[in-house]
Parts: sequence; structure tokens; C-alpha cells
Amino acid sequence: MLRDITLGQYYQTESVIHRLDPRIKLGGTLVYIISLFFFNHIWGYLAAALFLAVVIRLSKVPFRFMVRGMKAVLFLFMLTVVFNLFLTPGTPLISFYRLTITREGLRTAFTMAVRLILLVIGSSVMTLTTTPNNLTDGMENMLRPLRVFKVPVHEVAMMMSIALRFIPILLEETDKIMKAQMARGANFESGNLLKRAKALVPLLVPLFVSAFRRANDLAMAMEARCYRGGEGRTRMKPLIFQRRDFIACACIALYLAVSLTAGRLVWLWI
Amino acid sequence: MSMILDHVSYRYGGDTPLAVTALKDVCLQIPDGQFVGLIGHTGSGKSTLVQHMNGLLRASSGHIYWNGEDIYDKEYDMKKLRSQVGLVFQYPEHQLFETDVFSDVCFGPRNLGLDKRETELRAYDALKKVGLPDELFYQSPFDLSGGQKRRAAIAGVLAMKPQMLILDEPTAGLDPKGRDEILGQIKQLQTQTGMTILLVSHSMEDVAEYVDRIVVMNQGSILFDGSPREVFAHNRELEEVGLAVPQVTDLLHRLKDAGFEVDTGATTVKEASATILQALGY
Amino acid sequence: MGIVKTENLVYEYIRRDDEGNVEGITTAVDRVNLDVAPGEFIAILGHNGSGKSTLARHINAILSPTEGTVWVDGMDTSQEEKIWEIRQRAGMVFQNPDNQIIGQVVEEDVGFGPENMGVPTREIWERVEESLRAVGMYQYRKYSPNKLSGGQKQRVSIAGVLAMHPKCIVLDEPTAMLDPTGRRDVIRAVRGLNEVEGVTVILITHYMEETIHCNRVFVMDQGRIAMEGTPKEIFSQVERLKELRLDVPQITLLAYELKKKGVPLSDGILTARELTEELTALRGRQSRLH
Repeated sequence: MLRDITLGQYYQTESVIHRLDPRIKLGGTLVYIISLFFFNHIWGYLAAALFLAVVIRLSKVPFRFMVRGMKAVLFLFMLTVVFNLFLTPGTPLISFYRLTITREGLRTAFTMAVRLILLVIGSSVMTLTTTPNNLTDGMENMLRPLRVFKVPVHEVAMMMSIALRFIPILLEETDKIMKAQMARGANFESGNLLKRAKALVPLLVPLFVSAFRRANDLAMAMEARCYRGGEGRTRMKPLIFQRRDFIACACIALYLAVSLTAGRLVWLWI
Repeated sequence: MSMILDHVSYRYGGDTPLAVTALKDVCLQIPDGQFVGLIGHTGSGKSTLVQHMNGLLRASSGHIYWNGEDIYDKEYDMKKLRSQVGLVFQYPEHQLFETDVFSDVCFGPRNLGLDKRETELRAYDALKKVGLPDELFYQSPFDLSGGQKRRAAIAGVLAMKPQMLILDEPTAGLDPKGRDEILGQIKQLQTQTGMTILLVSHSMEDVAEYVDRIVVMNQGSILFDGSPREVFAHNRELEEVGLAVPQVTDLLHRLKDAGFEVDTGATTVKEASATILQALGY
Repeated sequence: MGIVKTENLVYEYIRRDDEGNVEGITTAVDRVNLDVAPGEFIAILGHNGSGKSTLARHINAILSPTEGTVWVDGMDTSQEEKIWEIRQRAGMVFQNPDNQIIGQVVEEDVGFGPENMGVPTREIWERVEESLRAVGMYQYRKYSPNKLSGGQKQRVSIAGVLAMHPKCIVLDEPTAMLDPTGRRDVIRAVRGLNEVEGVTVILITHYMEETIHCNRVFVMDQGRIAMEGTPKEIFSQVERLKELRLDVPQITLLAYELKKKGVPLSDGILTARELTEELTALRGRQSRLH
């Protein structure tokens, strides 16, 4: 049932990673991803993988949920690996028909594969342990300096959180309208592209009408509850750094230092 | 010629621990021409059940026979089933999409592949049956009042000339007068055409005076099935599952407990008034 | 002056056709005078299109009058600068439970109003807790609203208004989209607010049985107040109510029918218990006579 789709892919459980400030998680993920592109040796990736393994362990989210994120980008992943494998010029290793695998190609393909896996799993850890709501809050908070440039940070964040609230409702509604039109003989599945696009009209028109009606109602309800933009608002759940957040900060810094030096040292050693 | 549900169960959520059993071993037979009320509160499985009857949901186990044919046969024509078993969803006016009422009602028959003449004839006929005045036919459906929109939407299903009509809470959100008008119209439709009608509702009081038979659902199973009189006799059990019996039924049971010689089977104000007057010796 | 008072309130709107030409003017609210005392529980009854929702939206300053004046706690709603104060004093709950919940978690939604008002964080938490307790939804505070039933969502909405510490709550057909269980729970919560918390309640509905416990009932028709009185006074006028497209509760109707047949009953009987008691008493008198 569509009702049960939870947005994003938040995995509900109690863990220290779940409790971390979303800003730390956002920032940490960013640092982590950037770090992946600085390594040019296996030791760096080993350090990165180890760090990730520890975080996953702490998050108490089963590993198969992380892998699920991989499935979505599998095609992109294969494409990158194949392209790098065959299209990198350099010393030929094996060559058959008109394709050549070079030593450099093998190396780049392998690095890209490792980077992508770590990157996808790394960002999954963030989305799995942070509610969409918390993420929006974190982003709003981190982007606050942009307000100087007249970027409506609060409004954008509010829009995102309302969208998150209404997407499940609209999904359910889509399901219902679709069934109702099917009961009137509508066919959404067969026919050529043009026919299928046309078949969507009886679905999309009611859906938009409903979305507008809801938007209208919601705007009125928000005004009735004294909403007048971000000015002068207080927060029920303000983002305040706790001790664990500072510890997490230190851990990330430590990771960065260790992985970078490890990579560098090994590099020098060779 | 009838709708038969044979041990129908429905689970969703697959094999995960979160799987929910929405229907549990439902057996139900609805003969032709009957006017049935399907009662239960939100989440009792009544909407899920009716979506099985026109093949929108597929049972996890069990069989459904329409006019003697198993609808889960490989060769079975679901499109034909959907035209013969018309289903009007809750808040059906939310499905209107055409620029005018008439075109919207034509949507169903057109999907059946009927020619223009037949399509329009059916649409006209359906709009007449729901009692929508002619001058509204070419108005935008979005300009109609709540009650009119609902009639137009019901006409959209009627235009497919179904043999059985299922209405899922056709009175939700209407005011009392609008509710009585719609129910009256449905009753009239049933007497005129002899169509089988299944009326889904959460209020027994609303449907008691219209239907021949009441089926009560609770937690995915059928709790009671019988004439209104038979079903209301179980007033205690019904209250236990949070379904209110009609006020008059409640009153008659109270009077009976207080020692009055009243017929507790009365389901309408008229019947109740008669039995009380008799008991008082008027 | 009462907490809510209207004087000759008129609201008109201009109808336009597709090209934007004026088709006509509709008077949705027509010279309405209302005076609600603090702590009162009043109901406004009427069929769809009788103007009752339009009237309600004036009390929260969502609409402002074409003519006449509306005062909320002594403030004129047409004064722009008072608008937020008015909205805080007179909270509003709407019909559709899905379209008025903003938060993705119950407690966050209840906190939305106080956040907008600039209430300090610690106090927001206190208000959220007490409001959720008042409507019996405290154990659901961590739930997603999407997992709740219609009646529970409406109670969350009521808590959301309550957390703004209003003096008066206007409920615009809060039960129209609910099933009987949901309706019962919402009405119970509303009565609790009035009796326990002492909040003034203005309940707009088309179900007469929900108005049984009110202090006063107003019946609206074509934008005007057509009837006014205690529930008993209103319910005894069965013929008039039917004319106004209202649904008379079965018990009231039955009592009325019996009375027409000569059974000496009092006017405006509202509940099965009342009717049973009267009939029992009547039988007692009968047997004594014989």
C-alpha cells in the first residue's frame, strides 16, 4: 500500500548516529565524500572503508539497507566501470576484438568503483539515520548565511518540509484516482507512448485540482495559526550541539588526518 | 447471475513482518436485484472488499465468481467485469476531469469502445437517472455544488450500464438534506431498474430504511449478515465493536428493559412510533 | 462585551464568469448579530451554503466584513495591526483533517502555532504536552500524522490550536469527514475543552445531535440567523427545522410523532434516556389512574 511508503529511507532505531545533530551528519558526509576524491592509493580507501564500517556498526542499521541504495545507481555504476575499463589509454594488458584493457584503465576502473560504493553507502548512512524533517532543519540552519544574499532559506526549508508531509497523501490520492478511472474503463498500461500520455489526463487533472485545493486549505490553516514567515519564530526543537556532536566532530577530523597521512605515507614509502 | 465471494482473504505488505491482513476468509453471496448495505467503521475492510468485486484488487486466496464465472480465470475479461460491476469511489467528484459534465460522463462508455451515438445516449440516460437538471450538462464540473458534482460522478459510472452498482460512502461530507436526496435517488434507481446495489456506509441509521439486507464487517471479517431487523437485534455486540445501532433501536431496547411490551425489531421512526403507541395502549 | 461579537455583519462577494465579467453579487452573510460570552459553548447549525463557514472565517480574521463589525476580545478584526493577536485569541479548526496538519510528527505540528508566536522553546514543550493531554492524544506524540485516523488527526488539530492558548476556538465542521467513532471522540474532546479548560467554543456543524450539550444554538439559513435558542427550544420546532434542511435526530422526531398522536411528552426531547424516563413516568401515572 502506498500509505506505508516512508519518504527518504529513514530507518527507525535508537543509536548514537541517529541522535547526532543533522548539521554534523550533513557536514561529515560532505567531508567524507570530498576525502574520497583526494585519495590516490589503496590505503586511503581502506581507511575510508574502515571508518564507514565503524559508523555503520554504531548506527545499528542492518547492512542490507545500505546495499539497497546501491541498487538504484547500479546502472550508473556499471557504466562508469566499463567506460573507464575500456576507454583509458595506456599500456595494453589484454586485447580482444577491438577492445583493449590497459593497466591504467584497470586501475581507474577499480578506483572509481571503490569511490562510488563508498560514496553511495556513505550518503545512505546519513539518509537512513536522519528523518527528512531533521535534514531540512539542518540544511536550513547551515544555509542561513545565504540570507545575506536574499536567498529565502526559511521559505525553501518550509516548502520542503510541507512537500515531505504531502507526498504520501498525494501518492495515496493518485492510487485512488487511478483505481476510480480504471473502474470507468480507463487503461493506463497499454498502447503506444502518445496513447499512454493521453491516458494520463484523467489522472493528472483531478490530481492537480486536489493539490490546489489542499494548498489553499493549508495556506489558510497556516495563517490561522499565526504563520507569517520565518521572522520572529522560535523553535520547538532548536539545533544545539551536544557533547556527542563535538566528539563526532573530533572523530571526523581524526579520520581525515589519519586517512590523508596514511595515504601520503604509503605513497612516500613506495 | 450473482456475485459470489468464496473464502476471500487479502493480505498486503508481502512476506514482511509488517504484512497486514485486510480481509479474512470472507464468504458472501449477493443475488441479483438485491439492495445491500455494507456497514463497518474505517479500517474494517469494507472498501478493500468492494475493490475485489470489480477486480481492482486481487485476493491473496479464495475465489470470486461473477455470473457463474471465476474472475481469476486466465482468459477472464477484466474490462468486461469492470463495466458490469460499476464502482463509485468515496468522494467520486474528485475524479471529474473533463471540461463539461456531459463529456465527463461519456468517458466510461467511450472506454468500452462504443460508438459516439451510443456513448452519448448512455451519458444522457445516466444523467437523467441521477436527476441532474439539463441546464447543467454543459457546465464545467468544477462549477457545480457538492451534491451536483457527486451526482455527475455517479452518472459517470452508471453510463457504463452496470448490472451491479457499488457505492462507497456516497453520502460522505454531504449535509443531511443532500444525503437524503442521494440515498432517495439511489433507492429510486434500484426500484426502477432492478439493479443490484451494494451501499457501503459507516452509519446503520442512514441505510436502515433503504436496504433489504445489511452486512456488518469488523476487522476484515463479516460479523453479521441479515435483514436490518435481524442485524439490529445484536445491538449489544454491535456497540461493543463501536458501531452505533440506530437511535430508535437503542431506545426500544431501553424501553424493553424498563418493562414495556415493545417490538425491538422496529428500525425506523415510523415503526417505532407504532409499537410504542401500541405498548402505551393508545 | 462578549468574547466574540458581531454587529450587522454583512459579507458579499462578486461572482465572475470565465472572462472575468461580473455575473452578480452573492450575499453570503446577511446582517448577523452575535454575542458570545466568555466560557460559553455555542453551536451554529445550517446546511451547506447557509453561510455558516463564511461567518466562522470572520472570527479568525481570515475574511473581513463588507459591512458591519466583528470584535474578538474587544479588538476590531478590520484593524490590520491586531490581526495576529486576534488569530491567537480565536483559534480555528477546519473541516479536512489532512489539509491543516503541517508537521510530520504530531508533537511538531502542535508546536507550530507557539513557534509562530515566538514562544520560548521550553514553554513550547510544556504547552504541547498539556494540549495533547487535554485532547487525549499524548501517547501519539511521536507518530506521523499519516498513521492516524481522521478523528485522531482532528484532535491533533484541536491541540494545535489549544497550544496557542486561545480564549475561544472556532471549529468549522470538524466532524463532517469522520466516521461515527471519530465524531464522538472529537465532540468529547471539544466538550472537555469547554468544561475543563473553560475555553469558549463556537462549533459549526450540520449534525444536530452534536449540539445537544451547547448553551445556545443558532441556525443559519441564506446568510441570516433563522433561529436562536437553547437546544431544547430549537429542537422542539421540528417542522421549522425540516424546512431549513436540517436533520432532526431520530429520538426528537419520534418524540414529536408520539406527541402528535396525543402522548403527553415535554418539548424537545433529545436523548433516548430522556424519552425512556418520560415514557416510564407516563406509564406510572397511567397505572395509578386505572
